[in-house]
Amino acid sequence: MTTDSHQIVTTVNGERCERRVESRLLLSDFLRHELGLTGTHVGCEHGVCGACTIHYDGAPARSCLMLAVQANGHAITTVEALAPDRDRLHPLQEAFREAHGLQCGYCTPGILMTMTAFLAENPSPTEHEVREALSGNLCRCTGYQHIVDAVLLAAGRLRESSPG
Amino acid sequence: MKPAPFRYVPAESLASALALKAEHGDDARFLAGGQSLIPAMNFRLAQPAMLVDVNPLRDLDYVRPAGNGGVRIGALTRTRTLERDALVAERQPLVHEAVPHVAHPQIRNRGTLGGNLAHADPASELPAVMLSLGARLRARSSRGERWIAAQDFFVGVFTTALRADEMLVEVELPAAPPRTGTCFMEVARRRGDYAMMGIAAVVTLGDDGTCTDAALTYCNAGATPVRSAGAAQALVGARIDEQRIRDAAAAAERDLDPPGNVHASKAFQKHLAGVLTRRALRTALARASR
Repeated sequence: MTTDSHQIVTTVNGERCERRVESRLLLSDFLRHELGLTGTHVGCEHGVCGACTIHYDGAPARSCLMLAVQANGHAITTVEALAPDRDRLHPLQEAFREAHGLQCGYCTPGILMTMTAFLAENPSPTEHEVREALSGNLCRCTGYQHIVDAVLLAAGRLRESSPG
Repeated sequence: MKPAPFRYVPAESLASALALKAEHGDDARFLAGGQSLIPAMNFRLAQPAMLVDVNPLRDLDYVRPAGNGGVRIGALTRTRTLERDALVAERQPLVHEAVPHVAHPQIRNRGTLGGNLAHADPASELPAVMLSLGARLRARSSRGERWIAAQDFFVGVFTTALRADEMLVEVELPAAPPRTGTCFMEVARRRGDYAMMGIAAVVTLGDDGTCTDAALTYCNAGATPVRSAGAAQALVGARIDEQRIRDAAAAAERDLDPPGNVHASKAFQKHLAGVLTRRALRTALARASR
């Protein structure tokens, strides 16, 4: 069978990106192998672990359950775009560091992408809501408690820093 | 790169997508949310020769009031949209209550109603909801269209009444009669996991408070969503009291023959069906009585 490929134009972390990709290339592999954005981690590759979570047109999605061709005409945001600049972390990243929200760090990018979207939608979550929102991301190190602490810490700071 | 090679065709129109399906039949698959199909392809359990991506067909992404007080939902409507839709919450509270149990937010952002139903996973919540609500499903093909009742749509594990050239394009949910109460509940190890057992309950009361109609459908209870006729019989024609609720739960435990799995034995699944029947009926009854 001849290779089926398509020319795509996508926006990744605000930058226009044009590539020719094979149809069967997963979005996660496209980000990592074609664009070198290795912050998006690949765990289970069947939609269970959440490590590969990115934002597709602003909404969290599992990049291992999408094809690179589906990025054509759409905007992708990865963990590389969370921090405002090289010297500063996103408030959620800062909170993860302070509250020991990670050990090995493998699951962290997916959790950050999941929980930044969650906090944007629910700025004052209860602990229970945070745990439910985390249910689609597996972490084998922390036992989740410090992740929950970090998310609640960041939620408080984000509320303080946002106007109104 | 995990999926086997395939030809990818973004749909230019519904007509062109249906023409491709008519030409290629089972060798072609529609790609909607992809939250079940892509994992199956990553494992190479599914190796379609062609993927027809229906995501460009934005005309199929809608929630609209139907003239009779019901709701019409386009097949490409994301599960997340259903979760947030005010019309669904008002007119079809059973759907509103069930949807947050469907996998995780990241999955619901992509997964679609049509894809969920056409995948026909017997452990999924929405097929059971469709049965209890008496939904009708509209199938289109190059030959025309037809309506399929939800109870005829699900014919086996991952198997529906759709023919090889058909696409599920719309779901119609009828208006609930006055004094109808609904409840969706499930028991899962974690939020978002497949339920060990789930129930979609609908109860309608007459003016004198007797039960005039009841539908109790269970997910992960067999090869398809399973209705318990015995449970409904225990309720219809009577005033629902605690004894009737216990009778219905016992009937459900007798009716169901769940497969059992690594997470829950058959006996435990039946036990859960009884517990959920009692709890869901109490809630549905209270809601119908409001």
